Amino acid sequence: MTRRSWHRLERAMPWLVAVAFIAIWQLAVSGLKVSSIVLPSPLDTVAALLTYHKTILRHAMFTLQNTALGFGLAIVLGLVLGVAIGASRLAYAGLYPLLIGLNSVPKVAITPILVLWLGIGEPPAIATACLLSIFPIIVNVATGIATMEPEMEDLLRSFGASKLDVLTKVGLPRAMPYFFASLKISITLAFVGAVLSETIASNEGIGYLMLQASTQFRVPLMFAALIVIGLMGVATYLLFAVIERRTTGWATRNQHRTEVHQFGN
Amino acid sequence: MTVVDTRLSPHMLAQESSLSAPFVELSDVKLMFGEADGTMALDGLSMTVGKGEFVSVVGPSGCGKSSLMKLVTGLLPCSAGTIRVAGDVVRDPLHIVGMAFQNPTLLPWRSTLRNVLLPTEVSRMKRRKRFGNREADVRKAKNLLALVGLEDFADKNPWALSGGMQQRVNLCRSLIHDPELLMLDEPFGALDAFTREELWGLLQRLWQEHDFTCILVTHDLREAVYLSDRVFVMGPRPGRVIAEHRIDFPRPRSLDITFEPEFAKLVKTIRHQIDRPHGAVGEVK
Repeated sequence: MTRRSWHRLERAMPWLVAVAFIAIWQLAVSGLKVSSIVLPSPLDTVAALLTYHKTILRHAMFTLQNTALGFGLAIVLGLVLGVAIGASRLAYAGLYPLLIGLNSVPKVAITPILVLWLGIGEPPAIATACLLSIFPIIVNVATGIATMEPEMEDLLRSFGASKLDVLTKVGLPRAMPYFFASLKISITLAFVGAVLSETIASNEGIGYLMLQASTQFRVPLMFAALIVIGLMGVATYLLFAVIERRTTGWATRNQHRTEVHQFGN
Repeated sequence: MTVVDTRLSPHMLAQESSLSAPFVELSDVKLMFGEADGTMALDGLSMTVGKGEFVSVVGPSGCGKSSLMKLVTGLLPCSAGTIRVAGDVVRDPLHIVGMAFQNPTLLPWRSTLRNVLLPTEVSRMKRRKRFGNREADVRKAKNLLALVGLEDFADKNPWALSGGMQQRVNLCRSLIHDPELLMLDEPFGALDAFTREELWGLLQRLWQEHDFTCILVTHDLREAVYLSDRVFVMGPRPGRVIAEHRIDFPRPRSLDITFEPEFAKLVKTIRHQIDRPHGAVGEVK
């Protein structure tokens, strides 16, 4: 196989695997005559998707909105806390154990409390999305800042840099690749949070739709909703992957990418 | 050592005339890490460096050479003794020093030129009115890059540069704010032998063309002898100066002198002193 065709195969792999997966799924369901109440086939799922597309779209938009708001909140709070923890030893000592503790609590257990405080619908969904997605942002930003080479800090101090100079000239820029990497992970967690909260307490959203479909045994609809949420997760992941490459191309020292980046400027 | 050439370079003359008031003076400096029962890194370290002088500090691993760098620049307080730079006792980090380490620590998100300009963007420098005129700073940075032969690389990212080139940029950055004192910690330690020797010549030229005092910490004895007016030899922990050599080869020095018998003899003497500090202490007879 030539290098060129190998490269083409590599690029096609995600699609090939997806198509093969769907084909095997369809063949298994129709071959083994599995009832659609147990496992709907891809065709059943697509049919449900088409039939209920208006309903699904409305609920998906609700979920997307909650996810985006919760995630936006997580970015702002995560950056502030991450910078504080990364830059100050006192903030690290004080906040880190608390954050670890909070993050160890299953969010399913926290959401009912949020519902008690915030009511049902959007507020607890936004809060849960934020809670789930904030932790990777804090930890990554703090790590990016705290892992600065000690020589770099000595050097900066030797020409009179203040703590703020060290942070703005070196700490924050070097934390950016960590930050963008965390966004890719966090956005998917934000979706999990929003759907989780909607499942527990909401009259709208993909989570609510799934719960309703489940109580009525409309399994193809459940699968359709699942696929929509999965696609939204992948789409937002890709969005942040592109943003990451655009903004911190210097961190991926791949020669090819470097050139792309330079031409981009 | 015997004097090879009696002509004195302008630098050495300057150094002779300022011997009464040394530029850097360490007297009986102690450095303890940890509490009362901690490790003693330096004990009774005394040395003086004249203005415009180039000195090297050599010694075995762990003798506190790098601690010396931090003490002189005020990044680390000493436990006892006094350190004076330019007549003042060092208490806080100095701002008249340039520093360069073995790791070039260039910022990968900045171009080569903007890396060199980093010190000029720091607020304290701006407040002192030493910088702030971006155009003049850029011109100066470009001149420095041209001096080290990297004028064509100003807009390249540092990771596109070889190790030797990165170290040249590092030197430019340490000189952009016209430091009166340049502190170098193993700046060429990670480079291959040819590049290293090339950069010795470059450093010598920079030192001769700019008016700064230089303290070089190194493991490379040939490097120390080639570059320095004086070489201080430190003993094992706790570190102190156990010998001092005046190097009188005329300047500018070329690599040829490293093959002179006189040069080899000096390197050998220093090597033996590092092996056997205090003459025969600890030596098996």
